[in-house]
Amino acid sequence: MTDQETSIGKQVPRQKLNLLELFSRFREVGIIVFIAILVVAVSLRAPSFLTINNLTDILMNISIMIIVAMAQTMVILTGGIDLSVSSVIGLVAMMVGFTLSANSGIPDIAAVLLGIALGAVLGTFNGLIITVGKVPPIIATLGTLSIYRGLVFFYSQGTWINAFELPQSVKLLSKGKPLGVPNLIIIALLIAALTFIFLKFTRVGRNIYAVGSNADAAEFAGIRPQRIKLLVYVLSGLISGLAGVLWLSRFESAQTNSALGFELQTVTAAVVGGVSTSGGVGTIPGVLLGALLLGIIQNSLTLIQISPFWQLAAQGLLIIIAVVSDKLISKRIVRSK
Amino acid sequence: MKFRIFTIASILMVILSLGLAACGPQEEATEAVVEETEEEVVEEAPTCENYVLVPKNLGNPYFDTGNVGAQEAAGELGITVLYQGSATADATEQITLLNSLIAQNVCGLAISANDADALVPTGQAAMDAGIAVVTWDSAIAPAGRDIHINQAELAGIAQIQLDMASRLAGEDGGQIAILSATSTAPNQNAWIAAMEEMLASEEAYANLELVETVYGDDDDTKSYNEAQSLFTKYPDLEVIIAPTTVGIAASARAVTDADLIGQVFVTGLGTPNQMREYVKNGSSPEFALWNPADLAYLAVYTTHALATGEITAEAGQTFTAGRLGEYTVQDDPELGLNVLLGLPFVYNADNIDDFDW
Repeated sequence: MTDQETSIGKQVPRQKLNLLELFSRFREVGIIVFIAILVVAVSLRAPSFLTINNLTDILMNISIMIIVAMAQTMVILTGGIDLSVSSVIGLVAMMVGFTLSANSGIPDIAAVLLGIALGAVLGTFNGLIITVGKVPPIIATLGTLSIYRGLVFFYSQGTWINAFELPQSVKLLSKGKPLGVPNLIIIALLIAALTFIFLKFTRVGRNIYAVGSNADAAEFAGIRPQRIKLLVYVLSGLISGLAGVLWLSRFESAQTNSALGFELQTVTAAVVGGVSTSGGVGTIPGVLLGALLLGIIQNSLTLIQISPFWQLAAQGLLIIIAVVSDKLISKRIVRSK
Repeated sequence: MKFRIFTIASILMVILSLGLAACGPQEEATEAVVEETEEEVVEEAPTCENYVLVPKNLGNPYFDTGNVGAQEAAGELGITVLYQGSATADATEQITLLNSLIAQNVCGLAISANDADALVPTGQAAMDAGIAVVTWDSAIAPAGRDIHINQAELAGIAQIQLDMASRLAGEDGGQIAILSATSTAPNQNAWIAAMEEMLASEEAYANLELVETVYGDDDDTKSYNEAQSLFTKYPDLEVIIAPTTVGIAASARAVTDADLIGQVFVTGLGTPNQMREYVKNGSSPEFALWNPADLAYLAVYTTHALATGEITAEAGQTFTAGRLGEYTVQDDPELGLNVLLGLPFVYNADNIDDFDW
């Protein structure tokens, strides 16, 4: 009974030790607690919150956010940021939309690959400005945020792609449910799982953390920080490109302002989920919880009839409360150890 | 260190210039046109040739269609109408744009306002500079413009939407909800207030119960989410009225995605291309709209009539607007001086394929 021995050794009752272990193992526990409180509070006021339909809606609504938050997390882990993701989504959705509308009979998989390839090109451009041009990521991607959005206007000449111009099969890419759950949710979880494995179990993935914690030390250890940085921006573009096709599928349209402002949601999901903006710290389960929290907040504010005039402020307030309570709880854990 | 900052700055400038190049050609073209016409203005000729049509924002099919009508009018009148707007529907950006247009000394402005009150000082500055100021689609308060082109009477728009809702809800009536644009949009709020009043006072709508008004901010995603939460909150909801083109398409898509076709109907104000899919799949069997091309066509004719002195900004003045016929400037205690386009048109499965915009 080694368990008992340690607990006696540390003079802590056994049950408390287990709880503490659980807490320290999952740093995300602060968010879980906050989500639980929020869910209980909202469902007391609006019973319709805890229906299968509404929960599916929430998951559908955060799926694309989760996908792009994975990309954003990898970038932030290296100490960077990619603000251009929303414009990449907008541009890819528009270009793929036009392609589909102009040529009937393009297979869906070709549309998806086209989107991914376009995204990768845009991401590579970001990565080169940052690594070769030595421009700070926030400035580089702030620039491309405007450039790519400008290209949306230029390319579309202000017109939209409407629902009737898109093949049904493309719409079903996200909405079909051959497995009982809408595809989009499955794709999001799959990408989260892949990112999790990539970051945790591959050398390149671990190197991303290493570069973010201390680029100089990483270089001494034989890692080439610039290569890793270039890689994360390419990945970010590539994933955002996929998200662009999914956006087109889910919203059955490409509008000039599609995904406008979405970049901040992905950054918020990552940061609320415990990813440190200075790099090197953060986990995928944490980001998933961050996205879930945002989704629940957005959904519930309407359901519990918060005046639309207050919603935006209430949303920000809840996010800050969530992050602060998370910090306080983890501090407590550290202290009580 | 200094050198590095310089490098960063120069790269940034390259990026920015690329960004500008991306949206460049249009701007350059318009500047050139403005310069040309400015020279002619120097002659103080009574004929005025350069006008600007200002939409709420660029990249919105509704306004782009308006521009088609405006260009048609421009061709008939032998004038130049530029189409200039800000990227987002924002009053501050619009003020900046209008100030630069005033400085360029154009003959007339036809504006769809992002805010009724915030634009008053700018509108006054334009009128003080001798520019004819007409608003269309969404008005500036009467003090800040000469004449507003009213797409349809407030009562007419409210009534046609309630009539459609009433037809869709069936004889028994039921719960209806409104999904609007932003909570501050002047035209939206006026229609909603009129609908609320009619629901309360008119016998024909006694069986319709308005359960809630929500705001999708003319953002596709937000409108979609708001529609979803309406179904969740009100399982017996029969009709969603969305008096906004973004909101109605997002609501119809939400109904389609939630497999609620036949249970919840969407109606309101939309454009044919956007709504084609949903008219055909039954999620939005009918919707209404005036023709924005006609609206902007009339706006250009009115602006031109004002700028050339054919009419003055007074009630009772009459003028002819090309193919649309004769119009009279009316005075209204709330709207101020206005010209009424006519009645909205109802689109449904029978006629939607006759339209492509």
